[in-house]
Amino acid sequence: MKKFPYTPLQIAIHIYAWSGIILLIFDLVTGNLSANPIQDLERRTGRHAITLLVLSLLCTPMNTIFKWSEPLKRRRALGLYAFMYATIHVIIFADLDYGLAWSRLIQEVIEKPRLLVGFLAFLTMIPLAITSFDIWKKRLGKNWKRLHQLVYLIAPLAFLHYIWSKKGNLLTLQGEVAKPLIYGLVIAIFLIFRIPPVRRAVASFSTRMRALIPRKNQQPKVDTP
Amino acid sequence: MTNLYKTIPVRSSEITPKDVYLSRRDFMKAATVVTGAALLAACAPKAAEVTQNAAPVPTSSSATDELGNPVNSYEDITNYNNYYEFTVDKQGVAGLVGDFKTTPWTVEVGGLVNNPKTFAIEDLLKSFPQEERIYRLRCVEAWSMVIPWTGFTLASLLKMVEPTSDAKYVRFETVYRPEEMPGQKSPFYPWPYQEGLRIDEAMNELAILATGLYGEPNVTQNGAPIRLVVPWKYGFKSIKSIVKIELVTEMPATLWNNIAPNEYGFYANVNPDVDHPRWSQASERRIGELSRRPTLPFNGYGEQVAALYKGMSLTANY
Repeated sequence: MKKFPYTPLQIAIHIYAWSGIILLIFDLVTGNLSANPIQDLERRTGRHAITLLVLSLLCTPMNTIFKWSEPLKRRRALGLYAFMYATIHVIIFADLDYGLAWSRLIQEVIEKPRLLVGFLAFLTMIPLAITSFDIWKKRLGKNWKRLHQLVYLIAPLAFLHYIWSKKGNLLTLQGEVAKPLIYGLVIAIFLIFRIPPVRRAVASFSTRMRALIPRKNQQPKVDTP
Repeated sequence: MTNLYKTIPVRSSEITPKDVYLSRRDFMKAATVVTGAALLAACAPKAAEVTQNAAPVPTSSSATDELGNPVNSYEDITNYNNYYEFTVDKQGVAGLVGDFKTTPWTVEVGGLVNNPKTFAIEDLLKSFPQEERIYRLRCVEAWSMVIPWTGFTLASLLKMVEPTSDAKYVRFETVYRPEEMPGQKSPFYPWPYQEGLRIDEAMNELAILATGLYGEPNVTQNGAPIRLVVPWKYGFKSIKSIVKIELVTEMPATLWNNIAPNEYGFYANVNPDVDHPRWSQASERRIGELSRRPTLPFNGYGEQVAALYKGMSLTANY
């Protein structure tokens, strides 16, 4: 019998990513959105996009700390799902919310830093989504990695877009800042982790820790292809 | 925005007959939303349903405000609330109000007045004739509703306590009971909620203390038992569950102004020409409608209140 082709992590990612959309549609059809349904849709798609983006940043630390390499293979799915939600988010904003009134949309995006950073984050995601396929990875060689490091810019932009959409004050940390701040902290930790000396220190610490653990628990669980 | 199109001569044969362009508009409207067609189709029945739901609680004297805008349903008004003392989640407030006690309730009216007095809520209901006011509520977050309040003018209460000539401002304070209002446990806000009006604003006939909604006693998520309603200002000025009203000389501090002074001014008059630094105030979404509508200066109450701000810069005094 052929082996079941998906790992538990893969299944979890796909279920999480699609459940967001399915719940949205379910709430739409059953009238369970708030009295302000368009804003509700905007908020929920935006939150899924930034959550998936943050999860994609978690993959590398998982490998460095736990020597668990499978998440590295799942970055593409997480990133593409984040892009999918960001795209739906932008379409809802431009179409349902603003009725495709382009001149007003453009004016507001330019004038309002909140919209500008969000739109920049979305625009920056486009080349990453396009070049996410293996053929582009081969074609671009070393530049592919450099290009995809743009996610280090996208995540902070998405965080600013999120916190600036709330009635709060980022400087004095007052108002509706609690939830966005959690995202911001996690993003900051994941980005700091990528500073080479930090990463090396964490890697060597984790190697030393693992040396203390009895050997039989250390067997790698991932099958070699 | 300025119109950039110049008038150019057009032959009458080139002019599209009205019925044709009207149907073309309908088509474009439909085409515009094609990407969201499924979403819209699903939203629309909800909007219709909401209007029907309003029918069993028909105790507002009119189905519209004075501009002909339909009154929002009781359901929407009581389930979509900004009341951070409970939660920042607008849909979540109604589910968290169970522990809140509105009786007994007293409102202390004092400060620079000749007759300071603490009123039991029952006395306020008895002493002041309650009347219905159908008002638009424009939230600073750019959504709006039309709400049939019952209440009495703030002016009538102030006249009873007789402000002294030193009284220049009115300060309001919300009850502080973290054990009944879970949001007040949040460390991110300088509780209790406080708000203020200039005394001439407070004496304006439009400013009311609301005790009821849709002909029923007010519910907690809408500020029971007594709240301020100043319809020409953004919703956050209309402080809820008031326990204290004070006449003072200096402009009082307000909660949102304390949090972000460059974003939430003391005046906070609805003004489509003065944006919030992070979002536009030019348009708003009326709850129950799908497209945006333009925001009116002073929320459409300019005739009654614009004179209060004569000679003042509305941009500097946002």
